[in-house]
Amino acid sequence: MGECGLSTAGRTTRPRAVPELHVPHSRVGVSALCPCSQEPSPDNEGALHSSFCQLIEEQSSLVAGAIEMELQERNREQGEQHPGYATTLRILANMPSRTIGRSRGAIISQYYNRTARLRRRSSRPSLQQLNRTARPSLRQFDLESDPAHATLADKQSLLAKELLSLPPAQRSQVLMEVPLSLEEKRSLRQKRSTPGLRAHSAEPTFACAWWQDCIVLVSLFLALVHAAQPWHYALKQISGRFGSSVLSYFLFLKTLLLFNIISFLLLLVFVVALQAAYPPAVASPPPFTGLELLTGVGSFTHSLLYYGYYSNTTLNDPSASSPSGSTSPSRATQLPYNMPLAYMFTIGASFFATCILLMYSMYHSFLKSYRVGSSTGVLAIKIFSAWDFKVVQRHSVKLQSENICTQLKELLAEQRLRSCPLSLPQRLRHITVLLLAWLLALGTVLGCVVAVYYFSEHMHTVSTAPGEEGVLLALPLIVSLLNTLMPHFYNLLAAWEKQDSPAAEVYVAILVLGLLCYQWLSRRLICSCWETCVGQDLYRFVVMDFIFTLLDTGFGELLWRLILEKKLKSKRRPEFDIAQNVLELIYGQTLTWLGVLFAPLLPAVQVLKLLLLFYIKKTSLMQNCQSPSKPWQASHMSTVFITLLFFPSFLGAAIFVSYTIWWEKPSETCGPFRGLQTIYQTPKVWVELLEESNPNIAWFSWIPQYLVENTVFLFFLSGIVLAVIYFNIQVLRGQRRIICLLEEQIANEGEDKKFLIQKIHSIYDRKVHCA
Amino acid sequence: MGNKQTIFTPEQLDAYQDNPFRQRIAEVFSESGDGNMTLDDFLDMFSVLSEMAPRDLKAYYAFKIYDFNNDDYICKSDLEKTVNKLTRNELTPEEVSLACEKVIYEADLDNDGKLSLEDFQHMIIRAPDFLSTFHIRI
Repeated sequence: MGECGLSTAGRTTRPRAVPELHVPHSRVGVSALCPCSQEPSPDNEGALHSSFCQLIEEQSSLVAGAIEMELQERNREQGEQHPGYATTLRILANMPSRTIGRSRGAIISQYYNRTARLRRRSSRPSLQQLNRTARPSLRQFDLESDPAHATLADKQSLLAKELLSLPPAQRSQVLMEVPLSLEEKRSLRQKRSTPGLRAHSAEPTFACAWWQDCIVLVSLFLALVHAAQPWHYALKQISGRFGSSVLSYFLFLKTLLLFNIISFLLLLVFVVALQAAYPPAVASPPPFTGLELLTGVGSFTHSLLYYGYYSNTTLNDPSASSPSGSTSPSRATQLPYNMPLAYMFTIGASFFATCILLMYSMYHSFLKSYRVGSSTGVLAIKIFSAWDFKVVQRHSVKLQSENICTQLKELLAEQRLRSCPLSLPQRLRHITVLLLAWLLALGTVLGCVVAVYYFSEHMHTVSTAPGEEGVLLALPLIVSLLNTLMPHFYNLLAAWEKQDSPAAEVYVAILVLGLLCYQWLSRRLICSCWETCVGQDLYRFVVMDFIFTLLDTGFGELLWRLILEKKLKSKRRPEFDIAQNVLELIYGQTLTWLGVLFAPLLPAVQVLKLLLLFYIKKTSLMQNCQSPSKPWQASHMSTVFITLLFFPSFLGAAIFVSYTIWWEKPSETCGPFRGLQTIYQTPKVWVELLEESNPNIAWFSWIPQYLVENTVFLFFLSGIVLAVIYFNIQVLRGQRRIICLLEEQIANEGEDKKFLIQKIHSIYDRKVHCA
Repeated sequence: MGNKQTIFTPEQLDAYQDNPFRQRIAEVFSESGDGNMTLDDFLDMFSVLSEMAPRDLKAYYAFKIYDFNNDDYICKSDLEKTVNKLTRNELTPEEVSLACEKVIYEADLDNDGKLSLEDFQHMIIRAPDFLSTFHIRI
């Protein structure tokens, strides 16, 4: 228990010895105060400037030496230094910027200034009113009501008054940021300035009381939802043992689950449930064997799972005669339901909702992880933000300490290496290794793609008898096998090449999927109801992906741990490979998005799969794994994953679905769009029907004709989007420049401070000598 | 903590108490500075270490935690103590000293040889992981 050094001092501070300020008499002096000097006067700017430069150089060289001296001199008395030195330090320690961390009064006045600045941002005082010699940064302050001389109670009431004048949202944000204790924040929030003001503000609240009640109810509901977080304890267990990095995988899984649940609910309510209520007349399906769960053919073919089941007519149309004649005309609400239109718009709406949610998540991740500014300061950042406070178990804490130690050693070695660069043969060797690794990676990718192409060609020419449906599983098996083995291969390459790029693995999967999409679209010549065939293919892919994930978990983690423990007798356990697992999730989600148009229940399958995956992965993690030893920036990698999910995965699926809707001819014999030229014609047909029935709304057809299909309008829109992006890039660039300039200014202020201290010391010395 | 039992054995309790900064956290958040906390101090601590606390507030308290001698600066000795606690004294003294010098060189903006609160906050702004690591899940 004694390892943590208790500091003896309480809250009081004592200025510590800072030898950098210990300089013998400087050569620069102020002539005005003592007539016995012959040094340059302040009017002689050139000489003053050069002597200033000399002083800075002196100071800098002394600072470098002083840091080593400080270690040795720490316990020595201060008597041998400049006699006015302790006073100088005391004055320095009482500077406003230095007292912030110390007293409540200082904190309150700082936040008073900040809120006053917020209020006055729009109305700056004119420069004529203020003293010309006041520094520009001070001109914004109200120098009359300077709170530095007020008592603590006055300062508190001033701050409360300032807070009241802010808008409520800003007020609560400023209060959240003030580093005071909770009861003080509570008292600040409850303070009211004058009773008159209170009476005035009571009236508007009376009028919009119901609005505030609504807001209270909604926030209560959201709080309940937030409190009843699923898997809260499981996530806490995981983060306690393995840290934020492994936690990011499970949070990503939760995000994907949310996306799929929303898609599923939309499709359920608007498409699936209604079709289930009015089933079309089909021939009796073949009996259910267990193989359908894997292959998706057989009794599943003519079911709600696939596109082919959905009718192309208006459901529950009172004018049409239904074969069963079961609907009783006495029921009140019997609205006809246009199934093709509903199908197309629901798929579009689910894609749109997913897009909005994805962009919102990306925006949030970017906010947290991207910072405008330079990329230096890696070691400082590592030391201050490397310790993960979530980790609580003793063994994990020990591992974390070892990880941090390794990372620090690596960083220091890297910095040492940077100071002495590699020799030419070493650099050549490094470059050849990189080139070789790249060539290998590219070669394997191309090889996989070509192999899958030829294999799928072969599979499509083979026709399957009804009893041999297992053969259909061969293609998904090969693709999943490749997807599982490739990441291990890339891990080996990365270990050899000493570089890390998790994005390389996703390119294999995306390229293979792209090839398969092309093949599916060309399959329409073979299969009669080609959408159902494509849907079945995708269903098989999803199921195979799940099975292979299970196998990978079993072999990669469980078996490996048993081998390590029993055969090799080592204490190390297999590591949880975050990148590979996340990329598997992204691959599975891409399959789902590709298949939504052809198999509307595929999101439900994906929801089930993700639920099972959570529990299986968690169990395997707890039993078999240890936390990863590579440094892992959790928030940066979360941003990378969400971006990978959006950019190749979601956009690719959206492009594929849009192409199918816009250009592909639907099959003639099945599905809700049979008989049309393209799926996109459905709303056009509907609008024409509306025009026929009611000529007054002919203007409604103006929208698709002149807005959606007009190329000029689309060019205009994309021009606006590009202009906004360009504007934002310029703003960012300007902000970066401002940050550089401000950093220079801060460094200059530090130099100014040293200069002034020197001046004070020299004046003091001269006074002592002249006196 | 756990929701399946109410009595912890000493070994189980030990397994939960291994944060190297636990003493400093207790000192920073206690009113009297000696590590004993009232209920309000306890609430303050978990409010700052929760997910919703803004970055500047967390940076302020993190600065106080890493300032071992309570002089409102993180000087080289504070940094050395921090590094030793992080790595459990596994690094050699030369490496520790080199690391601390590099940190001061990188983060000290006004060149006084130590990190003030503003230097620390400026550096933490560039650390995207800080919000997720300076966080205790309840």
